[in-house]
Amino acid sequence: MVQKPLVRRRRPSSLAASSDGVPGEGSGVSRRRTFTARRGFIILAFFLPAALFVGVFTYYPIVSGAQMAFRRWQLSNLIDNPWVGFHNFVTIFTDPSFGTIALNTVIWVVASLVPQFIIGFALALWLRRRFRFRGLYQALVFFPWAISGFLIGILFRWMFNGEFGVINDILIKVGLIDKGIPWLADPTTAMVAVIVANVWYGVTFFAIIILAALQSVPEELFEAAALDGASRTRTLFAVTVPYIATTLALTVLLRVIWILNFPDIIWAMTGGGPANQTHIVTTWMITMTQNGNYGIASALGLIIVAILMVFSAFYLLAIRPNKRQIG
Amino acid sequence: MINIESRTAKIVRFIFLGIWLIISLFPLYWIVITSLKPAGAVFRYPLQYWPAQFSLENYINIFSKAMFGRFMINSLIVALAAGVIATLISLLASYVLARFEFRNKTAVLMAFLVTQMIPAFIALGPLYLMMVKLKLVDNLLGLMLIYIAVCIPFSTIMLRGFFANIPDALEEAAMIDGCSRIGALFRVVVPVMKPGIIAAFLFNFINCWNELFLSATLMNKDANKTIPTALNGFITTFNIDWGSMSAAAVLTILPTMLMFALASRHIIQGLTAGAIKG
Repeated sequence: MVQKPLVRRRRPSSLAASSDGVPGEGSGVSRRRTFTARRGFIILAFFLPAALFVGVFTYYPIVSGAQMAFRRWQLSNLIDNPWVGFHNFVTIFTDPSFGTIALNTVIWVVASLVPQFIIGFALALWLRRRFRFRGLYQALVFFPWAISGFLIGILFRWMFNGEFGVINDILIKVGLIDKGIPWLADPTTAMVAVIVANVWYGVTFFAIIILAALQSVPEELFEAAALDGASRTRTLFAVTVPYIATTLALTVLLRVIWILNFPDIIWAMTGGGPANQTHIVTTWMITMTQNGNYGIASALGLIIVAILMVFSAFYLLAIRPNKRQIG
Repeated sequence: MINIESRTAKIVRFIFLGIWLIISLFPLYWIVITSLKPAGAVFRYPLQYWPAQFSLENYINIFSKAMFGRFMINSLIVALAAGVIATLISLLASYVLARFEFRNKTAVLMAFLVTQMIPAFIALGPLYLMMVKLKLVDNLLGLMLIYIAVCIPFSTIMLRGFFANIPDALEEAAMIDGCSRIGALFRVVVPVMKPGIIAAFLFNFINCWNELFLSATLMNKDANKTIPTALNGFITTFNIDWGSMSAAAVLTILPTMLMFALASRHIIQGLTAGAIKG
């Protein structure tokens, strides 16, 4: 019972299948159809517009951006773009802010992800049981999902305002602090503020996915566990979690990629300041692009993609033995 | 669930849910309240959690002093056009991906998925240079073209999931009855898939409406700015007028929230379909 879906997922397409709404198999085309010119024409004609757009406006810029990383390429001088080898990479690694930015990136991802996961999981568990107005509750709690990260940043920038911010006001009223903290003016508290905003924003995503995964656990499993006299906590860790483990693991991977690639909140709240102290790699890269340092921005982009690929590969390897153990 | 929840467990659960509800809604409440205070009352101590006096002054200001109406129209044009075109193109592509077997299909799917892993702004610089060559900088059409490309992969994957839920016997029956393949697609399948198509469109619209970095790179003149780009211009100034800012934020959030409220069930269904089916 428990094993079946996990075994089925052990295919190369598992990442595709579980990430963005692709049912891996069972799309209904099992019969072999003979090739006809007409069929070929339909495939081509239907698919061509999508391929053209994605090719011209997504893949072409990415590929041409990759070679920009090895050239001097600045908005101030678009004609003379000599090949400079790894010079842009050296510039990045020797930048005095590099250490801070690398550390910030790790803190940003980990400190956002862990609370998002825990609160999202708890919320999903507590929403699984039906109660009156559950639908309304979900709609209200899931709404941040419809707002852009940039606007969330603006909302929290106002709430964390040092002089007239409502967060200071509440903390003073509760008695936790005596006078207002200039949250966004100090590097450490600014980092705390942007992470709080990101946690608030990201819980919804985990809650939606985990709730859907929980609802996919067959009721018989709970009945069997109850018959065996398992306690509720034990049922959670021995039945529920293993059943949805693959979904959880892949969701976490997607979120790591997504949070790393998510400069919007920091951009809106601090713009990377004060003094570059709250930049993460992606906000830094956008700053470089907007300053016209395309060569350096592209090199940063390549570094980000490389890190994500290596991380994803190790992560997928690490969660595989787990599957075997259960399957 | 079989075992009955104890009374304390229930109370704890509802306390937790209540606290989270307040935490979720408070930022929205606060921005709405701020926007409805008279401009002078925004920066005043003690903070008013319920304004002593309501006023639309901030809203009037953003339309009269800034070109907020123009930004809204720009955003609306780009998001509507890109959303509709991207959804149509994705519908065709997802149909092929769901119903036909052909060589390199997995490679095509991977190529689409990879674009979801790589952030669009990695291509910011090259896209800007490309638009300079095409003379499409500061042009809504240029932004539209890029947005269509950004939207296509995800909505194709999402629509493909919806196609998978519709038995292909449906089209076969229509084709036996004398429909052409295209006729069968648009007369028989599309009506059944309506919720999926609406969800894909709303998803695309919301994404384009909210997009900041591409628009901020490509749009320089005020007359061409979309809302996020315009707001981005305001937050980099030294003294932010939070009264106007909150009014602008409310007007930006409102349309997407309405759409989300109307179609949240379909959107959530579309988003999670893959995650649980595997």
